[in-house]
Amino acid sequence: MFRNQYDTDVTTWSPAGRLFQVEYAMEAVKQGSAAIGLRSKTHVVLACVNKANSELSSHQKKIFKVDDHIGVAIAGLTADGRVLSRFMRSECINYNYTFESPLPVGRLVVQLADKAQVCTQRSWKRPYGVGLLVAGLDESGAHLYYNCPSGNYFEYQAFAIGSRSQAAKTYLERRFGNFNGSSREDLIKDALIATRETLQGEKLKSSICTVAVVGVGEPFHILDQDTVQQLIDAFEIVSEEEVPSAESQPPSEEDAGAGQAPPADQGAGADQGAVADQGAAPMDI
Amino acid sequence: MATVAESERTLYPYVTGSSVVALKYKDGILMAADMGGSYGSTLRYKSIERLKPVGKHTLLGASGEISDFQEILRYLDELILYDNMWDDGNSLGPKEVHSYLTRVMYNRRNKFNPLWNSLVLGGVKNGQKYLGMVNMIGINFEDNHVATGLGNHLARPILRDEWNENLTFEEGVKLLEKCMRVLLYRDRSAVNKIQISKITEEDCTVFPPFSLKTYWDFSAFKNPTAGAPGSW
Repeated sequence: MFRNQYDTDVTTWSPAGRLFQVEYAMEAVKQGSAAIGLRSKTHVVLACVNKANSELSSHQKKIFKVDDHIGVAIAGLTADGRVLSRFMRSECINYNYTFESPLPVGRLVVQLADKAQVCTQRSWKRPYGVGLLVAGLDESGAHLYYNCPSGNYFEYQAFAIGSRSQAAKTYLERRFGNFNGSSREDLIKDALIATRETLQGEKLKSSICTVAVVGVGEPFHILDQDTVQQLIDAFEIVSEEEVPSAESQPPSEEDAGAGQAPPADQGAGADQGAVADQGAAPMDI
Repeated sequence: MATVAESERTLYPYVTGSSVVALKYKDGILMAADMGGSYGSTLRYKSIERLKPVGKHTLLGASGEISDFQEILRYLDELILYDNMWDDGNSLGPKEVHSYLTRVMYNRRNKFNPLWNSLVLGGVKNGQKYLGMVNMIGINFEDNHVATGLGNHLARPILRDEWNENLTFEEGVKLLEKCMRVLLYRDRSAVNKIQISKITEEDCTVFPPFSLKTYWDFSAFKNPTAGAPGSW
């Protein structure tokens, strides 16, 4: 209602104690295409949906390797994301040069957050319009952080940002209890399923998503398209076979976004165990 | 050439410490140095502590200019302070401190204003033992046993023969004492007041000073030049 009066610059508070420019920046994150992160004790997986302007153009790069032990997925203004990734890379490499040792993720994330905070307290700047999911490994294990345009950061077991991320979050909320002990393969599968949740019925193909992994003994790298397609096929086969039984599922299994109880419990497509639980069929609703 | 005023850069050392010797043993690192600070050829100061703990995981020993060593301790103090202020479960280990010091020493050398020291850095972190050395021109390396100054010539050969991976604390101390005794006999800037310190995963201890028993009645000491060419 009175929003418009106090939202002209970032250094003006509203009477309710809000900085609207910062909140608008967080809206920009919600408009970007989805990015998802999950972690176990030893691995962190990042996945994102590739959005291209048109069929003719290539899609925007949303996952960046920052160092062998850190990677980041972004959502929002990708140009801002690119600039922040460059900052992160340079911090990592400078630390490595001085100390011959990898920069602990927790410290990088604080530096990033401090950088974002500066933009919320200068009249000649604007907040960064990008949310970052930072995945990394350090002495104390695997970590996943979310950095906000507001300068806040939080650590997560699993999180999703960007458009239709709520669907992915709902899926993750149901399953996150198991993530800590998950194997690398199960973690990637969960990431892909969460990605599919955000697609609202569109078929999940490796051409529209990107997956990256970092883990103990495994430097951060983006999985190549063939590997991703194979992983998708592995669990899609199972779900396709179960499509007829999907409609007999009890309504409580369905969630607001898209898709149903995941077949992930059954392993990579091999087991045909509790058949009735299968079936994240494309939306019939 | 020099980026500071000519009158302000280090040209030569004034008060110097002599050798430091260190070795890895079963549980961590053992380091020894005497407590002397020489002013040229005068053995002027006899209670200088040249072995200092740094943070939780590192032990630093220095030879060379004592005032530069004190400056280095100030740098490291600040480094460790900022590291602790993160308060996040991460901490700088001996390898990181060694790299940091290498950068500092090398950068000063490039500006023709060196910190006139040879430093020995040892420590244990997460079960990994680390022992390294860095000197005033930025030369740095890691090894199972290191020494500075004359120790390189007198102590290292002994260590090469007698060091092994599984030394107990007592064996390590005995070996260090052997090295320090040779240095005491042969290095004119050594004083007979030795400090040994150890660092393990759990803690770091700098032991109180002690002196080595010496024997000066060897017949070879009595007439050292007898038979040497050109002597009488």
